[in-house]
Amino acid sequence: MSSNRQADARPSPLRAPLLFLAVAVLLLLEGSVSNAMFSGSWNSALALLNMGLISAVAALGVNMIWGYGGLFNAGVVGFIGLGGLAPVLISTPQVAGAWAAGGPRLMLALAAGLATMVLIWAAAQRLRGLSRGAVVTLVVVAGYVATRMLFDPAVAAIEANNPAKAGNIGGLGLPVVLSWPVGMLLAAAAAWGIGKVALGLRSDYLAIATLGIGEIIVAILKNEGWLARGVLNITGIPRPVPYELALQSNPEFVAAAARWGMDAATGSGIYVKLCYAAIFIAVVLTLILLTELALYSPWGRMMRAIRDNEVAAAAMGKDVTRRHLQLFVLGCAVIGLSGAMMVTLDGLMAPGGYNPLRYTFLIWVMVIVGGSGNNWGAVLGAILIWFLWIKAEVWGPAAMAVLTSPLSAGGLRAHLIESAPQMRYLAMGVVLLLVLRFAPRGLLPER
Amino acid sequence: MDLLNALVTFLNFVFIPASAYGAQLALGALGVTLIYGILRFSNFAHGDTMAFGTAMVILLTWGLQALGITLGPLPTALLALPPAIALTAALALLTDRWVYRHYRRIKAAPIVVVMASVGVMFVMNGLTRIVIGVGEINFADGARFVVTVPQFREMTGLTEGLSLRTTQAITLVIAALSVWALFVFLNRTRAGKAMRAYADNEDLALLSGIDPDRVVRLTWIIAIALAVMAGTLYGLDKTFKAFNYFQILLPIFAAAIVGGLGNPVGAIAGGFLIAFSEVALTYPWKKVAEYLGFEPSGLLQMLGTEYKLAISFVILIVVLLVRPTGLFRGKAY
Repeated sequence: MSSNRQADARPSPLRAPLLFLAVAVLLLLEGSVSNAMFSGSWNSALALLNMGLISAVAALGVNMIWGYGGLFNAGVVGFIGLGGLAPVLISTPQVAGAWAAGGPRLMLALAAGLATMVLIWAAAQRLRGLSRGAVVTLVVVAGYVATRMLFDPAVAAIEANNPAKAGNIGGLGLPVVLSWPVGMLLAAAAAWGIGKVALGLRSDYLAIATLGIGEIIVAILKNEGWLARGVLNITGIPRPVPYELALQSNPEFVAAAARWGMDAATGSGIYVKLCYAAIFIAVVLTLILLTELALYSPWGRMMRAIRDNEVAAAAMGKDVTRRHLQLFVLGCAVIGLSGAMMVTLDGLMAPGGYNPLRYTFLIWVMVIVGGSGNNWGAVLGAILIWFLWIKAEVWGPAAMAVLTSPLSAGGLRAHLIESAPQMRYLAMGVVLLLVLRFAPRGLLPER
Repeated sequence: MDLLNALVTFLNFVFIPASAYGAQLALGALGVTLIYGILRFSNFAHGDTMAFGTAMVILLTWGLQALGITLGPLPTALLALPPAIALTAALALLTDRWVYRHYRRIKAAPIVVVMASVGVMFVMNGLTRIVIGVGEINFADGARFVVTVPQFREMTGLTEGLSLRTTQAITLVIAALSVWALFVFLNRTRAGKAMRAYADNEDLALLSGIDPDRVVRLTWIIAIALAVMAGTLYGLDKTFKAFNYFQILLPIFAAAIVGGLGNPVGAIAGGFLIAFSEVALTYPWKKVAEYLGFEPSGLLQMLGTEYKLAISFVILIVVLLVRPTGLFRGKAY
């Protein structure tokens, strides 16, 4: 990354608009042309755009961390999951009896756990020598026992409350958009904790530590039934846009859809997705505006100076570790926002689906391909790679069928066609390696 | 008698499984630590390379079984291991030539090489998925047990039984042999000394006429041999499932860092430390406590098995906080 930055010539100013136009054409083709490659369904094109925009938010967060800090967050999936927890806790309706069953005890247990950690930290800071080890061990054991004694009965009580339909602590019933900043806060808090430990050491350590926290957050989401029902999933999370069924029973909307030449079902799907797209585009543009303003401010120049030469920046009196922590927390908050947006779009919290290859490393491919250090590049890379990722599932087997047509219809050909959807992992890896090697500045290089 | 029963229960449910798992982690961590020490980056592709190598072993095992060749009481996979190592090592050498060599030449920042290893991870993951799929595969054959629970009960007359699975015994034997061979190689042979010299001080090693390309090649071959062995033993012991090999990456990294990145002795110690902590903290100690004369009300399980990853993570965090260079003073700074 750093070694090639000055080498290349300044790219043409038309490059970004043209590339965005190309992506738009791809989406338009998906919506209008129906053949072996495109589905010809506007619903499918808009769904691709919406998930692409959410990926773009995550990519913007990763780009802040990587493009402007040179830090490697290998646990993006965890921060997306944490962000996704916020709509569940903030906007789902309250579960009758859950709070009464174990709410206060649960809070007490969490407070006890937190107090234990603070005490451990304080003991480790203040004491020295043998007493330090002894006191820390004592606090760990006592704190663990106390927390478990409070936590287990509270959880059992909450999970026993209407287990078929609920069994979780429930939400606050607030509007779902309010949960987005909460998702940012949750992700930022986790990022602060992990960054405090791992930053300032070797650069690989942050990568490994974030890999761990990502896996653990997903494990917590899957297994803590009281929190968000775990793998039982939470459905019907409120959304900020109208429901399809409500639109279909609205005669005015049906008439309007008919005027556009669509039946009510297709029309309502498109209308809802357009509403989402408008909200998401607004979020992406706001984020780009804010990050661009920050990056061309003295703060942004300092950040790039630190990335390009940490030693020199430190010699100029910049606290490198602190700035890295700041950037890491901000970037992770943006990743958390994307998680909250995704759960809002799906109306579903399904922790079983949080796969690191899809939610951590694919986002990384988007940033690298788009152009690390360039916010527009991150957005472009996100929409483009998401489009290719989804379409490769369709294109892969078709391409394989053509490629293997000389082979006789034996077991090998069947196996190859069958495993072609898996081909996209291979393809993404090859794309990442090629871009890193031959175009390390990506499609839209940093200015 | 109760004391003996408690001891046997401990051996059966904690000591033996943790030793086998620890040996597998140690082999994996040795590979990570060697690559870190000599190529100077954390190899995120290690887990998926293990998966790919194991997939090769499984395919060759199936081939051998189809030809009617087995190893009798031992798993056929052992016979398939050497050619699978050769295949995977050849792939790794190609990867090094096509991917990593470029970054060594331009002296890229370590984190960029880590990013490239993420790309390799994707490729390896894709290859494994294409070659063998994502389902669970059990490829252990031969005798299942060295000692079974009823046999042990009959021999000793204790109420508690102890079983030693063939795969566990094989894991321990192979791990001990390969660690011994590795240390003989590193300490006694010219090539091994060249590797250590290169890890210690690259410039000085170059000045002494050590061929860097040869050192790099040797490192890959050794690391891959260890990785494929670790992956195969892990797959024999549990079952083969591609995603588990991505998840084992965290304990392996934790083991390497706990011992001190770049330090082979540390990697082994770290592997066993992680494995014993994981098994001991997720095992319900109720039965052992009862034999020792306690009357516990709960299961005495510190942590559910679904959080075993959290244990490696917490150990990793504590080491990063208290002693970032690891227990055995690795190269990290």
